[in-house]
Amino acid sequence: MNTLAASVTSTGEAVQFWVLGTIAVIGALCTILMKRAVHSALCLAGTMIILAVFYLANGAYFLGVVQIVVYTGAIMMLFLFVVMLVGVTAADSLKETLKGQRWLAAACGLGFGILLIAGIGNASLKNFNGLGAANSAHGGNVEGLAALIFTKYVFAFEITGALLITAAVGAMVLTHRERTERAKTQRELSEQRVREGKHLPPLPAPGVYARHNAVDIAGLLPDGTPSELTVNKTLRDRGQIRDVSTEALDDLKALEQRSEERLGRDKDARDRDGQEAKR
Amino acid sequence: MNPVNYLYLAALLFTIGAAGVLIRRNAIVVFMCVELMLNACNLAFVAFSRMHGNLDGQIIAFFTMVVAAAEVVVGLAIIVSLFRSRHSASVDDASLMKL
Repeated sequence: MNTLAASVTSTGEAVQFWVLGTIAVIGALCTILMKRAVHSALCLAGTMIILAVFYLANGAYFLGVVQIVVYTGAIMMLFLFVVMLVGVTAADSLKETLKGQRWLAAACGLGFGILLIAGIGNASLKNFNGLGAANSAHGGNVEGLAALIFTKYVFAFEITGALLITAAVGAMVLTHRERTERAKTQRELSEQRVREGKHLPPLPAPGVYARHNAVDIAGLLPDGTPSELTVNKTLRDRGQIRDVSTEALDDLKALEQRSEERLGRDKDARDRDGQEAKR
Repeated sequence: MNPVNYLYLAALLFTIGAAGVLIRRNAIVVFMCVELMLNACNLAFVAFSRMHGNLDGQIIAFFTMVVAAAEVVVGLAIIVSLFRSRHSASVDDASLMKL
């Protein structure tokens, strides 16, 4: 606890800071540079765990644990759920709608960062009082926080409860979809199909005549072209159809090339043998 | 090492998050960058709490976490309903008021 008071930390904390701080910055950079949202979420989760370790190192024991439980446990998992709902492999489009926006944004970020860091560098932040006295005043970090929450900040704490309830109700209202019309029965659906006269039988199955039977591989028509109709509409919307129609031809081509190479080599060897025999 | 370095790290993480909000187009990733900025602020609060030797900074960081949780719930609900109506989570696609 005494080390928390000094203006210079212990060597152990310095080593921890430099090692974990580097990883945290790399994780943050990966969050904004990874193309897929899942990778971004995982990198961010790693950064948040490292921040939890820093809270613990700074004497905020309660916040360190809450950071792991709330942020990496609840919030990041919620993010992952939504990423799964929206589509894991759906990558960000790299097409720029505003010309040069990415470079301008990076330049803005760089300038903003220089300003922030220069501001901190100019501030007189010499001595750290440390949390030793504050943490031990009520017997511990959690007791000290509780004493503050239930006296000085009790009004804010109660408003927080109202905020959480509002958020929960808001999420339910936003994601709940009221069914405005009765769901069609199977009989009505079949009658509708007959009336439209387009697809009387059920839709064709994926993977038929293709070399795989996975659901994301379009079935092949008799002339060898893939039919998008065979793939589930959700996968079609996300553009997750795999095309393997050229694979068979590629395999055949590779096989022919290999056999040609072998035959050619054999022919060369035979020619050489023949020449030696002549000699 | 001077504990001020925690503040520099917080500033760096905040900057990375801000740049991410400007650069990325996927609404979920933009949201993650906002979370990164909130976390950077929390780190600064905790470092300042250690500097001044009282627990008020940690209380503010705690409230920030609560607000972040509420914000994530509502924001992700909005993204899900946006995805339902537009079949895309790109912030560029939501350029019209009517969904």
